[in-house]
Amino acid sequence: MPVFLVTDVLLWLLVAAAGIYFLYCRRHAHLAAPWRRVLQSRAALASLVVLGAFAAAGLLDSLHFRPQLAGSRLYSSEVLSVLDVALSHLRTNREKTYSAPFATRLYAKEQIETPEGKSIRDYPRLAYGGRDLESESDRPADIALRAAAGLVAALVLSFLLFRVVGGAARRSPDIPWSAAGWTLSLVLAIALPLYVLSFEYHVLGTDKVGQDVLYQALKSVRTALVIGTLATVTMLPFGIAFGIIAGYFRGWVDDVIQYVYTTLNSIPGVLLIAAAVLMMQVYIDGHAESFPTVAQRADFRLLMLCLILGVTSWTGLTRLLRGEALKLSTLDFVQAAHAFAVSDARILARHILPNVAHIVIISLVMDFSGLVLAEAVLSYVGVGVDPATTSFGTMINAARLEMGRDPVVWWSLAAALAFMVLLVLAANLFADAVRDGFDPRVRIGAAPA
Amino acid sequence: MSLAVDELRTVLDTPRGTVRAVDGVSFELRDGECFALVGESGCGKSMTALSLVRLLPEAGRIVGGAVALDGLDLLGLPEAAMRAVRGRRVAMIFQEPASALNPVLTVGRQITEVFERHTSIRGAEARARALELLKSVGIPEPERRFDEYSFQLSGGQKQRVMIAAALAVEPEVLIADEPTTALDVTIQAQILDLLAGLQAKRRMTLLLITHDLGIVARMADRVAVMYAGEIVELAAKADFFRAPQHPYSQKLFAALPTPQRRSGGLAVIPGQVPPLSQAFAGCRFAERCDRVYARCRVEAPALREPAPHHFARCHLREAGAAGPRAEPSVETGAGAPEATQAAVLLEVKDLKVYFPIRRGLLRRTVGHVKAVDGVSFALREGRTLALVGESGCGKTTTGKALLRLIEPTAGSVQHAGVELTGLPRAAMRAQRAALQIIFQDPYGSLNPRLRVSEILLEGMRSLRVLDDDAARLRRLAELLQEVGLPAEALARYPHEFSGGQRQRLAIARALAVAPQLIVCDEPTSALDVSVQAQILNLLRTLQERRGLAYLFITHNIAVVEYLAHEVAVMYRGKIVEHGGVDEVLRRPKHPYTRELLAAVPAID
Repeated sequence: MPVFLVTDVLLWLLVAAAGIYFLYCRRHAHLAAPWRRVLQSRAALASLVVLGAFAAAGLLDSLHFRPQLAGSRLYSSEVLSVLDVALSHLRTNREKTYSAPFATRLYAKEQIETPEGKSIRDYPRLAYGGRDLESESDRPADIALRAAAGLVAALVLSFLLFRVVGGAARRSPDIPWSAAGWTLSLVLAIALPLYVLSFEYHVLGTDKVGQDVLYQALKSVRTALVIGTLATVTMLPFGIAFGIIAGYFRGWVDDVIQYVYTTLNSIPGVLLIAAAVLMMQVYIDGHAESFPTVAQRADFRLLMLCLILGVTSWTGLTRLLRGEALKLSTLDFVQAAHAFAVSDARILARHILPNVAHIVIISLVMDFSGLVLAEAVLSYVGVGVDPATTSFGTMINAARLEMGRDPVVWWSLAAALAFMVLLVLAANLFADAVRDGFDPRVRIGAAPA
Repeated sequence: MSLAVDELRTVLDTPRGTVRAVDGVSFELRDGECFALVGESGCGKSMTALSLVRLLPEAGRIVGGAVALDGLDLLGLPEAAMRAVRGRRVAMIFQEPASALNPVLTVGRQITEVFERHTSIRGAEARARALELLKSVGIPEPERRFDEYSFQLSGGQKQRVMIAAALAVEPEVLIADEPTTALDVTIQAQILDLLAGLQAKRRMTLLLITHDLGIVARMADRVAVMYAGEIVELAAKADFFRAPQHPYSQKLFAALPTPQRRSGGLAVIPGQVPPLSQAFAGCRFAERCDRVYARCRVEAPALREPAPHHFARCHLREAGAAGPRAEPSVETGAGAPEATQAAVLLEVKDLKVYFPIRRGLLRRTVGHVKAVDGVSFALREGRTLALVGESGCGKTTTGKALLRLIEPTAGSVQHAGVELTGLPRAAMRAQRAALQIIFQDPYGSLNPRLRVSEILLEGMRSLRVLDDDAARLRRLAELLQEVGLPAEALARYPHEFSGGQRQRLAIARALAVAPQLIVCDEPTSALDVSVQAQILNLLRTLQERRGLAYLFITHNIAVVEYLAHEVAVMYRGKIVEHGGVDEVLRRPKHPYTRELLAAVPAID
């Protein structure tokens, strides 16, 4: 039975909107030109591929359903996603507690009964990690073999990929398709061996309750994407409307909007968000009947967190757009529209908004990574996502205790950081390229030399 | 001293291919002369100058030729040695003084910096020398100005400081790239006098780059005309002005608006400068030349010498030199005001526009900037009133206040008996179709995100001209033909058009709602001479055909002489002189008008 979580629907709507925007751009040369400039950068194309890999994981994780219980007509109360099914071995292969990456034994000593009936204190074998090994000394050879199998698969796929890339390169030679091809090959060369290995080993170890860290990290991607995109989208209407209205109408309207955002900016952001999240938690606790499953409750909290982050972070965009609208409203084409008695709403929609679109796009992409990081901080402080939601923040929060342990458990933190840094770095590199591509100094409106 | 440029070639790498901005330019600067490089925008004159001092933009590179300063090969010098030449032996001043001065350094510091770079003069001596320089370029109170920042100076003063800094170490060659284009005509006259005086006093060589033949007539000893990256004519000034040899030069003279040409149209050079990214087989001017013949398209002409020391790049000159420039004799009476019996369309009485100066926490109004301070005039049907004055005199504000694009503070504007000031928005809408405006900057006046059809339809839709879009589009197709643009322009975006074509679009946009009066706010000052002639001709034809009235706001006296019936001279928010065009321009009464007219560089 499919389950439509609110954030799922919103995320897919966003994908649909992006698709429509893409088609719209294709038909309008002046809209497509800056994007083409963005894609002409190798860094942009490479980071786009990485972002695409993250997005694929996140979107697969956004198709939820409740599986039918075996042998009955009832549905499980557990909500699963397509990604959960693809990684079901990771989800179900739970150990008892911590184990290091590629380990065959637990990270803590226990009393074990030997076959001879003696009781000794040693590191017990894992239930799943390396379970098919005849002897533990075969482990390096087994790892090498499985990794090689994954690499061969990656090579075959890359070979097919480069045939596609070659075709694309012939059709549009100005875009460095080979950069995309190499990045995707690299992603495959890392992902496929890991996938093959993950059937036999916990490649990034397990956490305190024995859950696979790789699985957690992959599940966190969706949370980060939801926060990064939905919070940005929430912010947009406030940022755009207040910004261009303040800049265009000036006078008391401008004064009021400026007063609001200056006040909002002076309140410490974390405090404001913490207060809003705690109030929301009270509401959730008081209306338990509205949330039949844990997943729905956690999802509601995630959605609310996006809204709260969005509502408190529009000031930067407003400030930028106000300045730009101030400048635009004195330009001749706006004056000409006034001379035709064109209404203010029409001037805002036709003359001001399209001419600030590049700023909106640039700040959209740049704010994304900021919001992903903000989620990590908030979850670490404890006012972020629901504890049942896996996110980079909750992973790091849990790792806080592990870092104090002796011997130290480093892999949870390392995995969370590596995934998050990769995501944010790719987003930042892409944002850089977008800013260069949409830079007004190279806008198509410039005079031909 | 001599600076010899031989077969200089400079290219720019652009996304649209390699642009040959300078394509085999040779000339020689002689000791102590003023050499003028003339041409329209995009002809490569600035790139030539920047190549001489090797200050090209990042995309530019010199691919051939030689530049020799007294035998010293400037193109072969290492950058460190070149820096010693730049400023010390060859100095440069630019068009935009505001961006050429560093806003966070004092004026004095920017001059003493030059001493520190090139000489051992330091401290008090440097200050004394800098003060002396500021005095010699005519900065009043140099001691006070020395410690001021560039924003505290006016545009003319900034250019003077630039000149002072350029002259600090007495360079042998001064390259002046459009030094007065950003300045008002009276300030321009002062700066040109200053340059001429300094040049004579210091025996300095001046390379003057300009598009204004008037400035050339005033300053130059020798002239080179550039077109599409080449020098097409090179001569002593007197020879050049008496008998220009190249068809392009001849056309440039014919395109200048003068009172003698009032009766007829201006000569136009059709088309525009060809893109320099292409390879040329024949003459680069062939496409725009009215004397083109088969040979021009297949064989590139060499630089010939039809008269002694007078060079021209044209096949026609094989047959010998062209005769002197024919100037139509002054047709007396042609420009005399006709009986001013036409009906009054717009009556302006005592119009005032004040901008409040607000200070302090509560933004209390502490005073007013009186941008327009009691202006009165009347506009008649089918007539042109020129509003003349320098920047900041309030002429643009007046034009916009008439249309209520800026709210007037006081006074009355009556259109067909209806008082426009204080009219509510809905009632004003009914008047909008009759009163339209064309702006100066053809790049800023069209929304780059809209198709031409959307831009032109906007006013018709808003003012409900015609019933549906199909009828409106039919009207627009006719209108585009009338302003000289193809009908398929409707489907394109503004950036696909050149400056002159954009100005035609702006005119079509205003005409779409069938106005009676158009406020033309410097509509040609951003355009080249040949394109300016096209637009002026168009405006005149439209006036004759449709009986339009123009309020023509300009600082260009030549355009006024050509187009206007009446002139009002504005100075500091007030009209100081008002009358028929001949009366005001031939027999000015007010001292400011006299000063303004005297400052205009004349060709004859």
